[in-house]
Amino acid sequence: MNSNIVLAVVVSAISFGTPLVLAGLGELLAERSGVLNLGVEGMMLMGAVCAFCASQKLHWSSALVLPLAVLASLVAGAAMALIHAFLTITIRVNQIVSGLALTIFAGIIGLSSYLGQVWNIGGVAGLHQFNQVNLFGLKNLPILGPLIFNQDAFVYASWVLVVLVLYYLYRTRLGLHLRAVGENPAAADAMGINVTAYRYAHTVIGGALAGLGGAYFTLALAPIWTDGLTAGDGWIAIALVIFAFWRPDLLVLGAYLFGIFSALGPTLQTHHITALPSEFYSALPFLMTVIALAAASTSWANRRIGTPASLGTPYSREEG
Amino acid sequence: MTLPVRVERRLDAPKWLKVVVPVASLVLAAIIAGILLLATGHNPLSTYHQMYSAAITADGALSATLVYATPLLFTGLCAAFAFRMRTWNIGGEGQLYMGAVGASATGLVLGDWPRPLLIIAMVLGGASAGMLWAAIPALLRAYLRTNEILTSLMLNYVAGFFMYYLIYDSDSYWRDLSTPSALVFPTGKTLGPHANWPGVAIGSFTLPMGFILGTGLAVGLLLLIRSTRYGFEMRLMGDSPQAARYSGIRTKRKILSVMAISGAIAGVAGSSQIGDFGHVLDPRGLQQAQYGYTGIVVAALALYNPLAVVLVSLFIGGLTNAGFALEGPSFPTGLVGTMEGIILFTVLGGEILARYRVSWRRDPVVAAAAPATGVAS
Repeated sequence: MNSNIVLAVVVSAISFGTPLVLAGLGELLAERSGVLNLGVEGMMLMGAVCAFCASQKLHWSSALVLPLAVLASLVAGAAMALIHAFLTITIRVNQIVSGLALTIFAGIIGLSSYLGQVWNIGGVAGLHQFNQVNLFGLKNLPILGPLIFNQDAFVYASWVLVVLVLYYLYRTRLGLHLRAVGENPAAADAMGINVTAYRYAHTVIGGALAGLGGAYFTLALAPIWTDGLTAGDGWIAIALVIFAFWRPDLLVLGAYLFGIFSALGPTLQTHHITALPSEFYSALPFLMTVIALAAASTSWANRRIGTPASLGTPYSREEG
Repeated sequence: MTLPVRVERRLDAPKWLKVVVPVASLVLAAIIAGILLLATGHNPLSTYHQMYSAAITADGALSATLVYATPLLFTGLCAAFAFRMRTWNIGGEGQLYMGAVGASATGLVLGDWPRPLLIIAMVLGGASAGMLWAAIPALLRAYLRTNEILTSLMLNYVAGFFMYYLIYDSDSYWRDLSTPSALVFPTGKTLGPHANWPGVAIGSFTLPMGFILGTGLAVGLLLLIRSTRYGFEMRLMGDSPQAARYSGIRTKRKILSVMAISGAIAGVAGSSQIGDFGHVLDPRGLQQAQYGYTGIVVAALALYNPLAVVLVSLFIGGLTNAGFALEGPSFPTGLVGTMEGIILFTVLGGEILARYRVSWRRDPVVAAAAPATGVAS
């Protein structure tokens, strides 16, 4: 394998990793508040279909349409998460079952497919797209140019978001409260923190970010809508949160690592290297997720770094 | 942010609630889905009527509904059995694929065996393949405490690609290589006549052998859960893992055996797909059907009760049948999944509301307790 191919793999790994960064950050925020949302795949698909619809139906300039399309994806993801929040936080339905229900409701055979057909946007090329920006005019720098200075706005936005979430979690009072809610809601409640409000807010923001991650597919990666186009990324994003030990910095690294696994097959194919069957490369991210999850649960890693202690359990004052 | 309602546990649940709540949940789901249909330019009443007819009253509709209900019965039992112990086997989909791979291999290799023996061999072939596939997340869960939700789910994708590889991208034993056209348009080898499972014709419709087998299995599982020591330990582990550990239950073994049984059941769904219906390994068809995931819907709606799974599989099977039968430009493709989701939401929510009482928040505790930090933004 020569260095050109390595660079091509890494550059496209950033593309493949970006939806994982966005959706993973969203899930991380929700889980930090103690709410496990397994509906990421469905929320991403809703974000993708709503963003694509907006970009196809609004006939203005790209500068106006694209932000509105992004907004549509945020709202769609947040709306889906709100269902989960209401069921799990207020009514206290089991979080696992509610999340699975959300995936079925919004997912490949659900509402996202329904809307795609009703809006009649399937299988046609997008009219608007986020293109690579030649940041500071440096895209021709060797190696760093294509890696850092020639990405699209989504990638840069995801980097900003990672920094913001890091700052929020570890440097602000709200972030401290959030971690308290996730670790020990009863104690947080006694401190006067509104547990319900924190859980609602972060679940909904998490959904908005998942929607944004979905929009990356239809607005940047390959502007077209097909049913189930996220192809399991939502699930990988949930797994990423676990083996990033609920830390945003590790999450980014993990997302790009998995970007590499996803990028390997297509890149090798364009360079006509076909030593292994294509199905192997398609299965690779999923196989690696199983291995990474197993590794993250071995004894050295299993000092339970980071797992919010109240994850998955509803909170009620009467029942503790 | 906080809603002005409070939810408290009911001390005594009136009997009428147990009937009224599920019915009201279904009605509410129909209303919500109806609003969605209206909003997108469809007439809900005529759509529901079309679906009813396609699932039940049209010519051959009941037989078709049973075709969809049969795999859902197995995958529903697969999920219900594991979920009862709060072991979240989401891998029914992949275990079904592997079961189909195993059963078609058995059916092809032993094709000249007498029919009854061959059918038993196919059931066992599918069951063991599904069991082995479920063993991966089970071993990881039991010995490393790896989250089985995610590992079992990831393996669904892996099994799907494996199945594609066997038929579309290799000269495997499963692939038909006998004719020139089969080399261009890959298909699986068709199984011999002995491998066709017999159905029971009742009046105008046919009851597939798989459905009878599944119903028997449901009764067996119910007895296992309700009346054996094994089932008692399962329920204890589901309700209180700590109590189970302190009382000396071997939790690792329990997880392994429950996952193995669950995987085997999904594997038999694969056997039945080959023996009852397809008679050929068809990766695309199996993947489009999504029986494994829909089985989770069935299990959740049945509240993990194996006998209820039989009834719910007929209901969801009818819904799925209607979805495929009406597929076309005038019928929205995603409607079936959307409706399943809405029904799940209302039934799950309703089930909790039957156990809890909702009242308007009267006490001013929350407002009074909130300090001046101003967090509720």
